[in-house]
Amino acid sequence: MSLALQTFSTVKDANAALQAAGTRYLGGGTLVIRAANEGDVSVSSLVRVTDPGLSRIAVSGGKVQLGASVTMAAIARHPELVALAPAARAVGGPAIRNMATVGGNLFAPAPYGDFAVALLALDATVVTEDGELPIETFLAGRDVGRAIVTGVGFALPKAESFRFLKVSRVKPKGVSVLSIAALLELAADGTVSSARIALGCMADRPIRATPAEKALLGCKLTPREIAPALAAAGEGIAPITDPIASAWYRAEVLPVHLGRLLLG
Amino acid sequence: MAKVPVEFTLNGLETAEFVESGTTLLNALRDKIGDTSPKGGCHQGTCGACSVIIDGELRLSCLTLAETCGGADIKTTAGLAEGGVLHPLQRAFLDAFATQCGFCTPGMIMAAKVLLDRTPNPSREDVVEALSGNICRCTGYEPIIQAVLTAARANSQNAA
Amino acid sequence: MELRKDYFADVRKDGLHEIGQPRPRLDSPGHVTGKTAYFADRNFPGMLHLKMVRSPHHHARIRSIDTSEAEKHPGVVRVLTARDVPHNVYTILILIQIGPEDETVLADGKVRWKGEAVVAVLAETERAAQEAAAKVKVDYEVLPAVFDMEEAVKPGAPLVNEYHGQNYYLYDSGECRKVRFGDVEAGFAQADHILEQSYQSSPIEHAPTETTGCVVAPEGNDRFTCYTNTQAMFFTLDNTSIILQMPGSKLHFVGGTVGGGFGGKVDVIVEPIAILGAKLTGRPVSFVYSREEEMQISSPRAAEKVVIKDGVMRDGRIVARKVTGYTDAGAYSRHSPYGAQKGAAHYPGPYTIPNVWIDTYCVYTNRTPSSAMRGFGVTIGDFALEVQMDKLARLIGMDPLEFRFVNAYRDGDMKAHRQPTEGAALIECMQEASRAANWPVAEKYMAMSSYRKGA
Repeated sequence: MSLALQTFSTVKDANAALQAAGTRYLGGGTLVIRAANEGDVSVSSLVRVTDPGLSRIAVSGGKVQLGASVTMAAIARHPELVALAPAARAVGGPAIRNMATVGGNLFAPAPYGDFAVALLALDATVVTEDGELPIETFLAGRDVGRAIVTGVGFALPKAESFRFLKVSRVKPKGVSVLSIAALLELAADGTVSSARIALGCMADRPIRATPAEKALLGCKLTPREIAPALAAAGEGIAPITDPIASAWYRAEVLPVHLGRLLLG
Repeated sequence: MAKVPVEFTLNGLETAEFVESGTTLLNALRDKIGDTSPKGGCHQGTCGACSVIIDGELRLSCLTLAETCGGADIKTTAGLAEGGVLHPLQRAFLDAFATQCGFCTPGMIMAAKVLLDRTPNPSREDVVEALSGNICRCTGYEPIIQAVLTAARANSQNAA
Repeated sequence: MELRKDYFADVRKDGLHEIGQPRPRLDSPGHVTGKTAYFADRNFPGMLHLKMVRSPHHHARIRSIDTSEAEKHPGVVRVLTARDVPHNVYTILILIQIGPEDETVLADGKVRWKGEAVVAVLAETERAAQEAAAKVKVDYEVLPAVFDMEEAVKPGAPLVNEYHGQNYYLYDSGECRKVRFGDVEAGFAQADHILEQSYQSSPIEHAPTETTGCVVAPEGNDRFTCYTNTQAMFFTLDNTSIILQMPGSKLHFVGGTVGGGFGGKVDVIVEPIAILGAKLTGRPVSFVYSREEEMQISSPRAAEKVVIKDGVMRDGRIVARKVTGYTDAGAYSRHSPYGAQKGAAHYPGPYTIPNVWIDTYCVYTNRTPSSAMRGFGVTIGDFALEVQMDKLARLIGMDPLEFRFVNAYRDGDMKAHRQPTEGAALIECMQEASRAANWPVAEKYMAMSSYRKGA
């Protein structure tokens, strides 16, 4: 069997075709074509959707809707998404960013999927044909879900409250040792009133750093006050081991980089 | 195996070919159409040797299916020289010793061309960022970066 | 670039016309226009694609191989096993009478590293070859494996390669290459300080941008043209001729254009089996490593362990050096016995030491066979030696550059392996480095010469 592509104008029709065995959805191609090129013969059929609505970016009333086919390059250059640009630019080189999509990034296995780490910190909602899911629920079930993702929605963060860091061994482009996204609200006295922190490469998919989030509440962003949060950063993580870094190394450097992100 | 027709403009020429469904643009260009200037280095989107310009944007032909390129305007390094005269980027790569084995060169030139088309006077950082998806194992990158900066200067002098 | 002609001015005729001049590279116009023809740029009608079924185990006995389902797969033209290879022995350096016959082209009865080639599938498309390769059934009896060189040479370690009978290469000098010069124990007895340190490295992959591969086209007269990116054209010719039992006149190799090699393309791995496929099917054949194969299957630089014991005097003279080097060949020899031998010749480095003892071992483990890479057998040793030199200088409180001047070899000095030193320029290089790096040394060192002994 060769690899065959089916093209649909609507998500509904594509969703029906996607239920067939050996069928995968083709977004930007950076995951699925790569797998086929490397000899993954489990993929025999690809479906894609040409609906231009999937490439739409809508920002209004402090809310953002990104179509699943929106590329990293489109986010990085969008004037109203400046806060997200560092996370979008963290993905690949220029050619990859012209191809890689928001929808695909939600499925990218660690060490990839840096943008999904940002979406997790932003508490995004993932929209599929079956309805809307909180991103944490979506990520947990992404291996078994069969519904095409059509977009994500989230509240646009204030630039100063959203922080993103990707650590790689090669500059400016390299595969993640780890990535961290943090959405922090500070009270008038400078103490953290709410914190949502997401980690990349600390499991096979993005995860929350819930113990660190809790430990951060009520703290000022000083080395002394964030120390308990950094100490808690490693709780519940299961970092990946790959040619970039071992699980041990990733766990060792996580508090260091979380500290830099919080104090930076 | 089902063959599908693909039609696009390649380096200014109308091009039509039948390919098997699922054929990458890289394989269609190299094996069917005969433009071997894009190279297959990793087929994973990591090395950039297969970079081409599709509708003005840099893309990886190894991860692009040919049948999704209907009606597109595709440019490759093979079509860069006009009337036998090297493009300033090609001239600069030649003069700056920016090639060794040459395998990454066509992809590097494509990435650099997209940069210079949009940013005629790039900074060194702009060049490094523009080439960040292209791997060279021979040169250590410095001569390539210098070649792109030299080409930009040559362009702006010609424009002046 | 600056060419300093004052060095050696009295011993050199100054007829340099090309050195120091920038000259355009002959191949660059092809590179920048995309016209340079690499092997994979050749495409022939009806070309078959070869995919290899590889061992998933580090060490295993092959109980049986069943290719029947693969052969029935649509698009498959031929499936090859060890039985199909006329002379199933691969010895890269046979042309220069080095290299034991310890490796097969396709595994026969046993696999000794994870990734070893077992079955070759030839099909109309890459995809069909991949699908059929997944249908080849190999029944393995998994055996204990050894990955560490020092574990491998211990009694009772799993035997990696039966050809050798033990987990090291047997040189004519015995279990290791040996250099004996002076009396090393007497040197240690005389030394003011002794420093013993060990250094080790991991395998290093060359990662060329163009992966290893070849394209073969039958010429229709029982002769075959093979377009290849080998770095070793004549090793490829003679090995292919021996493996396929074909006279060299039937083999036409076209190469020389390599998309990055760095030593990673001197092993003759893809050409013999691809030409065999073309011979047995009468069709053109393409065998190109995937990126994953290039990273995991192609030979890396060997892992090495180097133990250096030095005796040094307070005045800076090294009076004794004992080096034990281990080169991890992986499961098969390839270039590694040669690499370990080069190491023995290379120690004790560019220094004149009166008492030297060197043992270098080429060790077999169940790891990917290692081979050539830029100065293999020497590079890791140089790293170890120069780190050791810095440590020795620190130990005796001497400037590390001056310490090297004290010990630098000069013309006429006898090296440990009984080659007299000639054409040494180490003193002059260090003098220039001292100036360029603004790292001044005492005037007496700046007055030294490599070839005027009095100076």
